[in-house]
Amino acid sequence: MSTITPEILTAHNVTADEYSKILSILGREPNLTELGIFSVMWSEHCSYKSSRVHLKKLPTRSKYVLLGPGENAGIIDIGDGIGIAFKIESHNHPSFIEPFQGAATGVGGILRDIFTMGARPIAVMDSLRFGPLDDPETGARNRRILEGVVSGIAHYGNCFGVPTVGGECVFDKSYSGNPLVNVFALGVIDKNKIFKGQAHGVGNPVIYVGAKTGRDGIHGATMASDEFTEESKQKRPNVQMGDPFLEKLLLEACLEAMETGAVVGIQDMGAAGLTCSTCEMGSRAGTGIEIDLARVPQRETGMTPYEIMLSESQERMLLVADKGREKEIFDVFEKWGLDAAEIGTVTGDGVLRVRNHGEIVAEIPNRELADEAPLYNRPFTKPARKAPMEAPAYQAGDAKEELIRLLSSGDLCSKRWIYEQYDHTVRTNTTLGPGSDAAIVRIKGTETAVAMSLDGNGRYCALDPREGAKLVVAECCRNLSTVGAEPVAATNNLNFGNPQKPEIMAQLVEAIEGMADACVFFETPITGGNVSLYNETLGEGIYPSPVMGIVGLLKNTRPVPMRFQSADRDVLVVGGLRESSLERFGGTQYANVIAGQLWGLPPELDMDYEKRVQRAIREIVSAGLVESSHDAGEGGLAVALAEASFDGVGARIQLPAAERPEVQLFHEAPSRIVVSTAQAAAVTAIAAKYNVEVAAIGKTQVGRLLIDTKIDATIEELREPWSASLERMLHA
Amino acid sequence: MRTSIREIRTRGSKRKCGVSIAWATRALLLVTGESMLRWKKVKFGVVVFPGSNCDHDAQYSVSANLGEQAAMLWHRDTSIPADVDAVILPGGFSYGDYLRCGAIAKFSPIISAVKGFAARGGLVVGICNGFQILTECGLLPGALVRNQGLKFLCKPVQLRVETTNTPFTNACHKGQIVTFPIAHGEGCYTASAEVLAGLEAEDRVVFRYVANPNGSNNAIAGICNRERNVLGMMPHPERATDPLMGSTDGLTLFRSMVAAFASK
Repeated sequence: MSTITPEILTAHNVTADEYSKILSILGREPNLTELGIFSVMWSEHCSYKSSRVHLKKLPTRSKYVLLGPGENAGIIDIGDGIGIAFKIESHNHPSFIEPFQGAATGVGGILRDIFTMGARPIAVMDSLRFGPLDDPETGARNRRILEGVVSGIAHYGNCFGVPTVGGECVFDKSYSGNPLVNVFALGVIDKNKIFKGQAHGVGNPVIYVGAKTGRDGIHGATMASDEFTEESKQKRPNVQMGDPFLEKLLLEACLEAMETGAVVGIQDMGAAGLTCSTCEMGSRAGTGIEIDLARVPQRETGMTPYEIMLSESQERMLLVADKGREKEIFDVFEKWGLDAAEIGTVTGDGVLRVRNHGEIVAEIPNRELADEAPLYNRPFTKPARKAPMEAPAYQAGDAKEELIRLLSSGDLCSKRWIYEQYDHTVRTNTTLGPGSDAAIVRIKGTETAVAMSLDGNGRYCALDPREGAKLVVAECCRNLSTVGAEPVAATNNLNFGNPQKPEIMAQLVEAIEGMADACVFFETPITGGNVSLYNETLGEGIYPSPVMGIVGLLKNTRPVPMRFQSADRDVLVVGGLRESSLERFGGTQYANVIAGQLWGLPPELDMDYEKRVQRAIREIVSAGLVESSHDAGEGGLAVALAEASFDGVGARIQLPAAERPEVQLFHEAPSRIVVSTAQAAAVTAIAAKYNVEVAAIGKTQVGRLLIDTKIDATIEELREPWSASLERMLHA
Repeated sequence: MRTSIREIRTRGSKRKCGVSIAWATRALLLVTGESMLRWKKVKFGVVVFPGSNCDHDAQYSVSANLGEQAAMLWHRDTSIPADVDAVILPGGFSYGDYLRCGAIAKFSPIISAVKGFAARGGLVVGICNGFQILTECGLLPGALVRNQGLKFLCKPVQLRVETTNTPFTNACHKGQIVTFPIAHGEGCYTASAEVLAGLEAEDRVVFRYVANPNGSNNAIAGICNRERNVLGMMPHPERATDPLMGSTDGLTLFRSMVAAFASK
């Protein structure tokens, strides 16, 4: 008798084609538990079924890469026997439905991905995108979501004891119904002690550790693979609840258990919980796993096999131990006061066999379940695009007033209100914290420091996803180079709308291809990442928003500041002034904030020149030739000069005559870094070696920023609105 | 020789013969110089509660940055090892800070041991969550409640050293301004008017915020007990012990403690 009706299939987001594939794999009809298991494993979130074809285009190898995509996190080799594990993951959908818990468990999930490998997390960054805080219609909700997300991140990261060292927070209408919360985490690992999620050794015990299983988060992965509708709010029970204290204990216990040498493989129970961890560990090792749900520690009574298998309760891990050495592992978990229970064994038949009190409730071949999810080469056309190519008629106003408006705009204003709520100094490694071009943490016991930058740009990608993605990679690498670090590897979070729409699919494809080109060119292979699709509400998609997290290496010294330090220093733009056409001005903050609309194309990027500029600035900074170094990116040159002045030392700047002064002041041409130096000749000499232009534009001076006759402001006139703006918008 | 120094320390806490032995030690140091001081390192015991997250930082700062020794003490331990000279209760979220910050930690076995250690004159520093635990377990008066702004706050703050008459600040000068990071959500020091008056009158306010970040009564950042051997403070001196992190002011506090041993 058929129990699986079309309604049940729809409720599980399983298509008719996918169902027939399930039938052929099983050779029979699935029961409800099995259907549930298939539906989460084959959800977009877990299987990347719409993006996998294209993700293969991304570079994944280099001399630094120890472990590429496919495991819980990628790992690079930084020398001294030390590896760095890092990855980014999104928690967009849960954060919209329940901002605090959604963001908190986003942090928890990515931290587990890191320490599952055997790495101790030492840094977190967040990329946040919300609707405008001052929007008359959605502002109140956007403010509530932002406050919830920020306190959720703070709650989890602070208690866990990992510093939140940087990130980005930007605003646009397209995120009003669908905020983006991407969390990046990074950890250190002994490169000879990397743990993998593999269930080797037939007969080895399968051990469940950590929090008890409850009914929370059931079908979270499926929810994250769907568009938002009015009913989405009713999915609140699908959002998991986080307990950072438990996670901290889990971290310490897991690392200690790994030290015993009795752990064969380990994987966290994240999306799709017990289902995903069992079948993936089995599939990777070519083994089967048999578990009995009756032995799973449970928080609630009367849970069905379906609920236990699909629960996304947080702070849980699955590990496979060396048979006979279970006690060593149980002792460690007992010491930390955590549940650990043997729930099954590794088998040789390649089947995920789930029993409940002995009775078989699900029986599915591991490999087919984990690796043979449907693969879609979805049709794509030209990327969706609303903006005109022609610049609209806008009137450039008073430059000083426009600069102040830009500095107090959501994207460019100080994010101090946010990052002061995050512990960014715990673990005493943060040598450069939030509010800088890049964050830097030193690696104790070595001469090496790791720099990291997290960046996205929805506006550029909305105008041209391919060029936009390249610009994002370039910007991220430039941020690292600005502080003297050499970019070596990357992780990406691809946030897009509904891939079943060909013009959205086109955005995804073009962005991936652009990103692939740039990552090859800048030698930053992607070691892992995350894809978040269906970021739409009521049919309205977000800006295509690929976010890059790039990691760089540098010598562990006191980092160069981004702000001017003393008066009478030469102010130079390494990379030159880089003129622009009006068409290329249409994706800038000026277009967005002052002209009030986007047009044309994103700024022009010459990747070859960009790479030479980055090499030059790295050499200049490493040689200690500059007192300050700051990327002239978003907002353009005038904004960069203002930002460099906020410690009280400004500058007197002379720029060449320009036809359109606002383009000269506010264009976001890449490949430019503002430095101040007492050794201008030496800086210029290094730049010349790379055939890179240097524009000498003025001298630093205390207390004021002057740019030609267009801008004359005290530092305080510029700093105050920049500094206080976010709080004003939040408490409007 | 090793044991004799130990004895001096133990006996040094007893007032009776403390003075003369302290002078003898000082005289010895004058003769033998700094190297003598380094002959036996001070051992800091860092308590690890489930949820402590500044334990490694405390350990690193007193060993790598200060050059002394550190031992980790587990929350279920019932005694402080005999070779531990001073105890640090580090920051973090002991037992998840459920119920109330430090409220569960006060029932842990190690806290009974710390109380005994303090009663024998041992030096105890509670930082952040450690301060909260010290007030919960009664070693220090008052309480730490939610910051006035109701938000967690992480930033460097300036503190004024209000007294040098403690083993934690003897290497400072009165009124000295030091910069330590804060990182807390419940750091607003609150006490009755009577307790506050007592703290002020007895010169027990050790650190005061230059600009009060959390609404603490009397802008109090750190206090000591009447016997002056137990210090609780919200800011993190251990995060200010490395020039790479931007401040080494925290070393002054730990160096004061080392000096206190040397002069005993």
